[in-house]
Amino acid sequence: MDLHPINALATDAERAAIDTVLGPPLADTTIPAAEAKARRTFLLPALLGLQTRIGHVSEGGLGYACRRLGVPPAEAFGVASFYALIALGERPAAFAHVCDDIACKAAGADQLCAELEQTQGKPAHLHHRADAPKNLKHQATWAKSPCLGLCEQAPAALVTVARASPVEQSFGHATPQRIAAALKGETVERPTLHLGSHGPRKLLARQGCLDLDAYRAAGGYQALRRALELGPEAVIREVTDARLVGRGGAAFPTGRKWEAVSKAAAHPHYMVCNADESEPGTFKDRVLLENDPFSVIEGMTVAAFATGSTKGYLYLRGEYPLAAQRLERAIGEARAKGLLGTNILSHRFDFDLELRRGGGAYICGEETSLFASIEGYRGEPRSKPPFPVQSGLFQHPTAINNVETLVAALDIVRDGAKAYGTGTKLFCVSGKVRQPGVYEVPLGITLDQLLQLAGGTEQPIKAILMGGAAGTFIGPEQTGMTLSLEGAKQAGTTLGSGVVFVIDETVELTPLLRRIAAFFRDESCGQCVPCRVGTVRQEELLHRLTRGGADRPRELALLKELGQAMRDASICGLGQTASSAIESATRFI
Amino acid sequence: MRTLTLSIDGSDVTVPEGATLLEACKKAHVDTPTFCWAENLTPVNVCRICVVEVEGARTLAPACSRKAEAGMKVLTDSERVRHSRKVVLELLGSSVDMSLAKDFAPLRQRYGADPKRLAGETVAQPVKIDNDQFVRDYSKCMLCYKCVEACGTDAQNTFAIAVAGRGFEASIATEHQASLGDSACVFCGNCVGVCPTGALMFKTEFDLREAGKWDESRQTVTDTICPYCGVGCTLTLRVQDNAIVRVTSPSDSSVTGGHLCVKGRFGLGFVGGRKP
Ligand SMILES: Cc1cc2nc3c(=O)[nH]c(=O)nc-3n(C[C@H](O)[C@H](O)[C@H](O)COP(=O)(O)O)c2cc1C
Ligand code: SF4
Ligand code: SF4
Ligand code: SF4
Ligand code: FES
Ligand code: FES
Repeated sequence: MDLHPINALATDAERAAIDTVLGPPLADTTIPAAEAKARRTFLLPALLGLQTRIGHVSEGGLGYACRRLGVPPAEAFGVASFYALIALGERPAAFAHVCDDIACKAAGADQLCAELEQTQGKPAHLHHRADAPKNLKHQATWAKSPCLGLCEQAPAALVTVARASPVEQSFGHATPQRIAAALKGETVERPTLHLGSHGPRKLLARQGCLDLDAYRAAGGYQALRRALELGPEAVIREVTDARLVGRGGAAFPTGRKWEAVSKAAAHPHYMVCNADESEPGTFKDRVLLENDPFSVIEGMTVAAFATGSTKGYLYLRGEYPLAAQRLERAIGEARAKGLLGTNILSHRFDFDLELRRGGGAYICGEETSLFASIEGYRGEPRSKPPFPVQSGLFQHPTAINNVETLVAALDIVRDGAKAYGTGTKLFCVSGKVRQPGVYEVPLGITLDQLLQLAGGTEQPIKAILMGGAAGTFIGPEQTGMTLSLEGAKQAGTTLGSGVVFVIDETVELTPLLRRIAAFFRDESCGQCVPCRVGTVRQEELLHRLTRGGADRPRELALLKELGQAMRDASICGLGQTASSAIESATRFI
Repeated sequence: MRTLTLSIDGSDVTVPEGATLLEACKKAHVDTPTFCWAENLTPVNVCRICVVEVEGARTLAPACSRKAEAGMKVLTDSERVRHSRKVVLELLGSSVDMSLAKDFAPLRQRYGADPKRLAGETVAQPVKIDNDQFVRDYSKCMLCYKCVEACGTDAQNTFAIAVAGRGFEASIATEHQASLGDSACVFCGNCVGVCPTGALMFKTEFDLREAGKWDESRQTVTDTICPYCGVGCTLTLRVQDNAIVRVTSPSDSSVTGGHLCVKGRFGLGFVGGRKP
């Protein structure tokens, strides 16, 4: 394939930014098609290299990335313009993403944004139009952002300063002053994280173990040793017997998934950890990734052993810089101590993993979209079947698991399925409770008990969003529900990714619903008609409904019709659930 | 050839292994609407007009790409199927100018779709005219991906255009919106050939339409062989008033698969005196 080059030239700084990611160029001659195919996986890392070091992706920068990787420029542009964290026009090097999503809105994000406008000027509108004028120079230093996964310390912000050694930090309790300090490159402290549990901590037992010695002292790597003694089949049996189901939202049995991959005929197999955590209201994976990185690495290693995978990818959402630093460090240490690489713990077992960062796209948490993103394509989901266990990353059998699922598997493998019992789950409690935070509870306690753990509420509860934006609102009369898959089903709701977002009488519901509708509209990949246009129509209908004066029964009926088609005919879970929270809340508005 | 049997609307149909539900429907004489599917392109299953109900499945399935399985029970005209097809038509009709999409009006009738119910934001935007061969009117683009596929691995292997942006803002674009002349485009017109909505249109046709002179009743359609080289591509010439107004190739042609090069597509303008 002969690539038509982009004429604009990259600056020295742009070339250096890309070379830092890709290594020095060997010979910049034409890349054979087969070679280009293999290199394409480095497209997003190269684009993010430009974004974090230069501050935007210019024509010249894009052209240089394309030449080095053998990617057609139009396709690379299609990829770059897919991600919210990538700017296609020049803008100030220091930039703040200020969350105005549900938990932050309930904590006064709109007020914060209004104050910011006074000091920082108007926010940029990070729409996803590719036809913004060429070479446009934006003056804005900040933009509103969807949930940053710091909901327990709402309102939150992510601040990036583009330079040769980039500064990236995300923090809660955001104020105009703290944001201004971060924009100057100063370090901003994070408030203390609140963790709680009902009964002994298992998933949260190793919090704060940031180096290998501490991790080992807390029982780390016992699970991997046990796994290597047991052998892959027995590991899968334990996980199956423990009835572990995925914690990423879909609740698929983990043992079955691992078994299918282990038995798949095609090789290699891949182990992918889904750390894209972007469901509004979700922050449990962040707490594991930031404060217990070795558990995630060990969990991936055990899963790789069980599924016969020698290569792993940890796909981390782009908005988690602290997790990235700590994981990077932990992966390096594990590799140095022989816990990743060849002949791990002196067994004939090889496994290594690569950390990949997202570019700001909720949809890339959907498994097939995540694969496309790693492969260097637009994060567009594809129809299933085929399922990832048959054809996943690079069209090979792939086990993909949520962070918490992998950490839960450690206890099961180490202590056996019997000792695991019904297991524990993390809940992300945010909104109007006295003590927002991550809570580890055994499945089977009631929602009331969980809310008590979180200190209860000061005002009467108005509604609770269960399972995130893709979940449903329940009323205060339903807090007696049991927190289990069956309990949630009975209550007509979902546990999803463990979101419990509480609003009381002091919080208005309408702005939250509008935010949720805007979220799905912004985050739709745009591939299929029911979701691409449906999420826009849903937002418009909701605005009409909540403005009053509309023909309410007619608008409600339309909303329902639209929801039905989106659920039935959308390609992936995003479109299929985009109407769920809004439909569940119409009774409150 | 191994075969399998499934049920379509209650009747058993036997198809070769690997066949899609669309093929099975065809065999069962069930007319299934499609927009983004074409026999000479890899299915992308994005428009969702072809959805059918597979018994036991949580969601509907795209007939164009879902493989038939033995024993499957498929409904093509159930309440759920009719509802989704109707809403898809309304979503398209309310956001995109579908006036030149030839299957659209009959389908609206068939499913009782009324796009006005869902009126709202549209993709309306200025027409892009940056070359003499064809124009791009993305107000008519339903994002079926066909042009991207034809420009890419399915035919041309040029990769001049791709989907850019995201969500409702997604659109077909060159890198950083370069004009086609500055992009990789070789003006083969294969994208124009596959576009189902008239978003991509030969400049000749566009100019005639703008001038109000496009008149299909004065047009003739003739098949011929391209005179330029030894390959011998089949050409379908649409002629109005002694001038060629559109050059296509049958998508089932064994020589072209429906795709041509710049010479056949645009080089025949001299016939009858019109400059290319
Ligand atoms: C729109 C969308 C976003 C998703 N985001 C995530 C995510 O951020 N993290 C995650 O683990 N799973 C996410 N999922 C679910 C994954 O597709 C997949 O089911 C999960 O990673 C499987 O792991 P598990 O079985 O361990 O839960 C998402 C699904 C959809 C439809
Ligand atoms: S449902 Fe939405 S996010 Fe999923 S493929 Fe369709 S457009 Fe993309
Ligand atoms: S004319 Fe040919 S090369 Fe140009 S965009 Fe269309 S398909 Fe691609
Ligand atoms: S321009 Fe035509 S072929 Fe291309 S995506 Fe739009 S409607 Fe489809
Ligand atoms: S961080 Fe703002 S809603 Fe989650
Ligand atoms: S024709 Fe099947 S989805 Fe478009």
